[in-house]
Amino acid sequence: MHEYAVTKNMLAVALEEAEKAGAKKIIEIRLVIGDLSTIIDESVQMYFDFLTEETIADGAKLVFKRVPAVFQCKACSIEFNKPAKGFDCPQCGAMGAPTGVGREFYIESIEVE
Amino acid sequence: MEIKVLKNIMHANQQLAEENRKFFKERNIVAVNVMASPGAGKTSTILKVIEALRDKVNICVVEGDIASSIDAEKIDKLGISVVQINTGGGCHLDANMIRTVADDLKLEENSILFIENVGNLVCPSSFDLGEGIKLVIASVPEGHDKPFKYTSMFQEADVIILNKMDLMPYIDFDRDSFYKGIRALNETVPVFEISCKTGEGLPAFVEWLGNKVK
Repeated sequence: MHEYAVTKNMLAVALEEAEKAGAKKIIEIRLVIGDLSTIIDESVQMYFDFLTEETIADGAKLVFKRVPAVFQCKACSIEFNKPAKGFDCPQCGAMGAPTGVGREFYIESIEVE
Repeated sequence: MEIKVLKNIMHANQQLAEENRKFFKERNIVAVNVMASPGAGKTSTILKVIEALRDKVNICVVEGDIASSIDAEKIDKLGISVVQINTGGGCHLDANMIRTVADDLKLEENSILFIENVGNLVCPSSFDLGEGIKLVIASVPEGHDKPFKYTSMFQEADVIILNKMDLMPYIDFDRDSFYKGIRALNETVPVFEISCKTGEGLPAFVEWLGNKVK
């Protein structure tokens, strides 16, 4: 929902890193986005195409690595991917809690020339 | 050539938020980021707390909205210092917006600053404002499933209010399920059941918040 602001921030980080490395062009940006981060890839892509005009990232490819949300059962301690509905453990049916995996939201690397 | 970055995308906002947090802390200002769906009772709750605490604590308000100054006018009528931020379509407030209005408020030391975020259970949870307390308000007519759908919001809350308790007899609201969802995400968060309409439950929340300004 807030992809415009997020994409602007992401581009700023990428441009800063590219500039530090003295790069002339950004070819690819690899993002790691957790499923709990409420970010939609297509929407980031749309704003990215628009925001990169006349920057060295114009035409760069965005690669999205999605990380599923991992919960841990409070009763039997197994880790499981959050089911589509609810937080229940698939093994014992007790309630799971978030582990932090699934909230990632960073640039892993950029490819420049 | 590959450059390893490993930098959070929200890095810039996070830095500004930390500056805001330091600013508030140095002045013993309890900044409360009020987050909820549209219509859950953010402004009503703020108005009720102002009524109950204004003689004891200095209170200021930042009103965030997509457009209009309807809420800010309600606060202003009470003679409380208020600044309106219109995001012009933006779905959340960010740390920079708070920094730019901080000087316009009559912020005294030892006070409460309510920051009423844009009505939305998704985006505001991604933008740290530098607040000391994240207050999430749910309300009975919204239904009991909200913690299961908006996990980040309920996971990060420092305090949760369940508003419109007076409507409980008329709504199929499963309290057990609501609390089950909250406790899965946030084991120790205090939850206050209130009604801004009848005043039920408000004194307990007011006392809890009042104790934070010391």
